[in-house]
Amino acid sequence: MKKAELMDYDKALELFEPVLGFEVHVELNTKTKMFCGCANEFGQGANTNTCPTCLGLPGGLPQVNAKAIESSIRLGLALGCEIAEYSRFARKNYFYPDTAKNFQTSQYDEPIAFNGQLTIELESGRLVTVDIERAHMEDDAGKLTHVGGATGRIQGADYSLVDYNRGGVPLVEIVTQMIEGGEADSPEIGRTYVAAIREIVKALGVSNARMEEGNVRCDANVSLRPRGSNILGTRTETKNVNSLRSVERAVRYEIQRQAALLAAGGTITQETRHWHEDTGITSAGRPKSDADDYRYFPEPDLVPVAPSREWVEELRATLPEPPAARRKRLQADWGFADLEFQDVVNSDLLDAVEATIAAGSAAQAARKWWTGEVARLANVAGVTADSLVQPVQVAALIELVVAGTLTDRLARQVLEGVIAGEGTPLEVVELRGLAVVSDDGALIAAIDEALAAQPDVLAKIRDGKVQAAGAVIGAVMKAMRGQADAARVRELVLERAGTAE
Amino acid sequence: MSEITAEQVAHLANLARIDLSPEEINRLTTELGQIVDSVAKVAEVATPDVPATSHPMPLTNVFRPDTVVPSLTVEQALSGAPDHDGDKFKVPAILDEE
Repeated sequence: MKKAELMDYDKALELFEPVLGFEVHVELNTKTKMFCGCANEFGQGANTNTCPTCLGLPGGLPQVNAKAIESSIRLGLALGCEIAEYSRFARKNYFYPDTAKNFQTSQYDEPIAFNGQLTIELESGRLVTVDIERAHMEDDAGKLTHVGGATGRIQGADYSLVDYNRGGVPLVEIVTQMIEGGEADSPEIGRTYVAAIREIVKALGVSNARMEEGNVRCDANVSLRPRGSNILGTRTETKNVNSLRSVERAVRYEIQRQAALLAAGGTITQETRHWHEDTGITSAGRPKSDADDYRYFPEPDLVPVAPSREWVEELRATLPEPPAARRKRLQADWGFADLEFQDVVNSDLLDAVEATIAAGSAAQAARKWWTGEVARLANVAGVTADSLVQPVQVAALIELVVAGTLTDRLARQVLEGVIAGEGTPLEVVELRGLAVVSDDGALIAAIDEALAAQPDVLAKIRDGKVQAAGAVIGAVMKAMRGQADAARVRELVLERAGTAE
Repeated sequence: MSEITAEQVAHLANLARIDLSPEEINRLTTELGQIVDSVAKVAEVATPDVPATSHPMPLTNVFRPDTVVPSLTVEQALSGAPDHDGDKFKVPAILDEE
């Protein structure tokens, strides 16, 4: 692959104004596909969830999934869109092996949702309002694997294999208007916008929202306008940008690549480009040409979707608090510093911490345990922290620490027991015998023994040199294998030293 | 008379992956032109108060519940395919070398 010339980013911005646009595909988490009752799930082996409808076999007829319509309307509402009173499906005709029907069932001039707005906040505090042109419903394509050839990629492959399990899964495609004025923040706008969409669909519960599994996918459109000109430059559409960091990198890369090309007197080809995660560059895909003559026409096998205003309002009432507003509220409620709060957000632990606090824990303790020990163990296990342990268990653990039953060190052992499935924290404490020893009898015996072993220390304590007690306390803690409350040991040492004959 | 040209028909045939001979293109150019003219007559009759429709049935909102129904077996799904490799459909190379 030929490596493109890149212009220095600051120089590129001096000469050109970036204009952006994003198409984000959200895979809905309905139980079944968009137009048939095949399961919307993966991992059961290839081609296990197919039927004549999603395979495009003769006689297969689409039937609209009610839940997918509901999810699409809720998503449209959450993006501030108007919901169409009358909306239709259309066929987008093209031939590609991942599309068994030889058309994608999509929406053309009558999308379910349109004219929305989403305001995002950048790290600098700058607010950017992204206008949403439309959010329309469509079905997903199957999954291709390319076999043979030098690179394992589509170019030069000997043949390709298709798994249609994903074919027909419901998608909502969210299309922005042109985003102007992004300037040097353009790459961050891309990342923050996609993050905001991801957060919204997660809060709505309409998608699993895992970018690494393709639940949320972004196509980034970038063009450059020479300073002082009002003519839009030719845009490229970078596909396959499937992580937040990649969105940022891909936008930045295209700005630098296009600027270098334009400054050298070249022209931008209107084309789709592929993002390569490993090398951090984009490469030319197919040019926009005849292949984009999709000959849309209304889907004759489906009747229009005309959601009543009553239904739309019912669905509006189910919308959760907007994620950005919720973050602001929680940070204020919990009194976290910006860094502490960001740590929770970035670890995707907002829900877990909130639930733990709701179960009775202090905010700082909940944060400390989740972003600390739980996150560490999750990292070791290679899973997400909130899948490792329930918030109520963490809250119960914190309660035991607060009550003095457990030290932090013992609590970490208890946590491991809980994660290992040994029961609730209290059960693990009993099972493993981990509670701080509060039976003074056992402690007193250990203390008397330690005092007897160190008569010089005993004498010093009796002389009022209280700090000398440290040596005895240490010996007692060691004898108790750390399962004693150090403060109580100190109290008892002084008491025993005073009364011992 | 409509303005359907032989070039348009050849373009459409190409998009639809239909291999047409020059004779077929000529004949279809005439026939498609007649069809477009006939449809245009309907448009003349329709007044602005008649909404465009894509469906003869006066129905909207026909939905099914989001309930899983059994799918085909992998064997059934693959049975009509020209070729397969294990449990996947096998298709010829999609793109040439870069």
